[in-house]
Amino acid sequence: MSLDIQKIRNDFPILNQKIYNKPLIYFDNGATTQKPQVVIDEEFKIYSHENSNIHRGVHYLSEQLTQRYEDARKIVQKFINAKHDYEVIFTSGTTESINTIAFSFGEKYIFEGDEIIISTVEHHANIVPWQMLCERKKATLKVIPINDKGELLLDEYQKLISPKTKIVAVNQVSNALGTVNDVKKLIDIAHQNNIPVLIDGAQSIQHGNIDMQELDCDFFVFSGHKIYGPNGIGVLYGKEKWLNEMPPFMTGGEMIKKVTFEKTTFNELPFKFEAGTPNYVSAIGLVAAINYIQEIGLENIAAYEKELLDYATKKLESIDGLRIIGTSEEKVSVISFILDNIHHYDAGMVIDKMGIAVRTGHHCAEPLMNRFNIEGTIRASFSFYNTKEEIDKLFEAILTVKQMFA
Amino acid sequence: MTLNEQQDEIIEEFSVFDDWMDKYNYLIELSKDLPVIDPKYKTQEYLIEGCQSKVWLFAEMEGDVVKYSADSDAIITKGIAALLVRVLSGQKPVDILNNKLYFIDNIGLQQNLSPTRSNGLLAMLKQMKLYAMAYNASR
Repeated sequence: MSLDIQKIRNDFPILNQKIYNKPLIYFDNGATTQKPQVVIDEEFKIYSHENSNIHRGVHYLSEQLTQRYEDARKIVQKFINAKHDYEVIFTSGTTESINTIAFSFGEKYIFEGDEIIISTVEHHANIVPWQMLCERKKATLKVIPINDKGELLLDEYQKLISPKTKIVAVNQVSNALGTVNDVKKLIDIAHQNNIPVLIDGAQSIQHGNIDMQELDCDFFVFSGHKIYGPNGIGVLYGKEKWLNEMPPFMTGGEMIKKVTFEKTTFNELPFKFEAGTPNYVSAIGLVAAINYIQEIGLENIAAYEKELLDYATKKLESIDGLRIIGTSEEKVSVISFILDNIHHYDAGMVIDKMGIAVRTGHHCAEPLMNRFNIEGTIRASFSFYNTKEEIDKLFEAILTVKQMFA
Repeated sequence: MTLNEQQDEIIEEFSVFDDWMDKYNYLIELSKDLPVIDPKYKTQEYLIEGCQSKVWLFAEMEGDVVKYSADSDAIITKGIAALLVRVLSGQKPVDILNNKLYFIDNIGLQQNLSPTRSNGLLAMLKQMKLYAMAYNASR
């Protein structure tokens, strides 16, 4: 099925505006995606008519909204095909999800001399929490190297695994390069050694169907705002077995069963990991986003975005002095590139003035930039509401940059 | 020329541009005029690291005025650094400390010196004032 892009674009009010007197071209979808009207309306409606703190309220509004929040959990469960709804924990986003796991899993299972495996292509959010954990517990961080295309080296990964390895944490898609990691294989190898695996899905879940039971990862995390949903909501999926055994990360209201000044017992899943008032408005807003993209169809989205990626790759590659960083066969619709003798910041400043939003810098992945011996890149990340005409405009903008800084 | 005369002159120069590209092209030109820092000072010690671009800054007293020189790995950053050097270099420490810099807002480059745009320029300006403060105190 081919998508009606003009109709889709009309669903996103922000796209219909001019920046510096030029039509906005939004190519910073890897950082955050724009929101369709249905998501904006949903949040507006809740605040206008339905707001009330959830759980334990005996009054009408509270009960109604509690029901919608718990329904949201079930819809996310179905969206990622988790086995149980209580394996879905709502957090503020990917960063909080990873920090929760690094703390709680670490408290229970990591001891002096243990090892944790991450990869070279991780976002800082999947590096620093593990580094902090290693410092606390005197454990060691091991890093899966990559080849020049940005692909993880599976042989090297296998060599890193030892009896001391306690967890593997890798992303499914690199935020800086757009390269897709073969996480199924990584998970299988880890599981053969009885090692649990966390998959950072922040950059993958918006580009295709992801199935927890098929993938069989132990933890999976993502952010709502990167899949056309509201800010401040994210998901931590964890297998029941782990979540039950792990101690809570944050404590407070909602997550307790019984509190005396001598001792507190914790609530059951999922509430054990949702201390305080949850962001129920955004959780319900996230459902509106999930419904929206499912209506368009994730297969259709993936197919169209692939078309955009292929078109842009071919077009950009034709520019003399332009080098794409991250050239794996398996990629989502992200192109990270550098220009010979032109600083990415200079390029970004000029591209911005043409009404095109791209991201420049190290993309919160400094170790990865070091691996390629570069300071940063210019990253264009496309969504299904982008068009080939917009890519043509980026192409022209890059030619202008080259002319200006030649 | 006084510090404010320098500022007014820059505002005058930029007033002819109504297009962003012209402004940037002019900054590129200006970047070539920047009193470039002596390579021996282009070290970690004089580096002001931004998230997006790097700036090196050196200062010394020449008589009763401060002389600045700078460099950057990004050209537009370097162009703006050249403007800051042009306004502040050759001025007395007390004037550097007491005069408000209004030309940046006036020529529409304030977003380049916002705290969230970590290109090193805001830190550079702060460092320029710190040098002036130190020289002023030691007099």
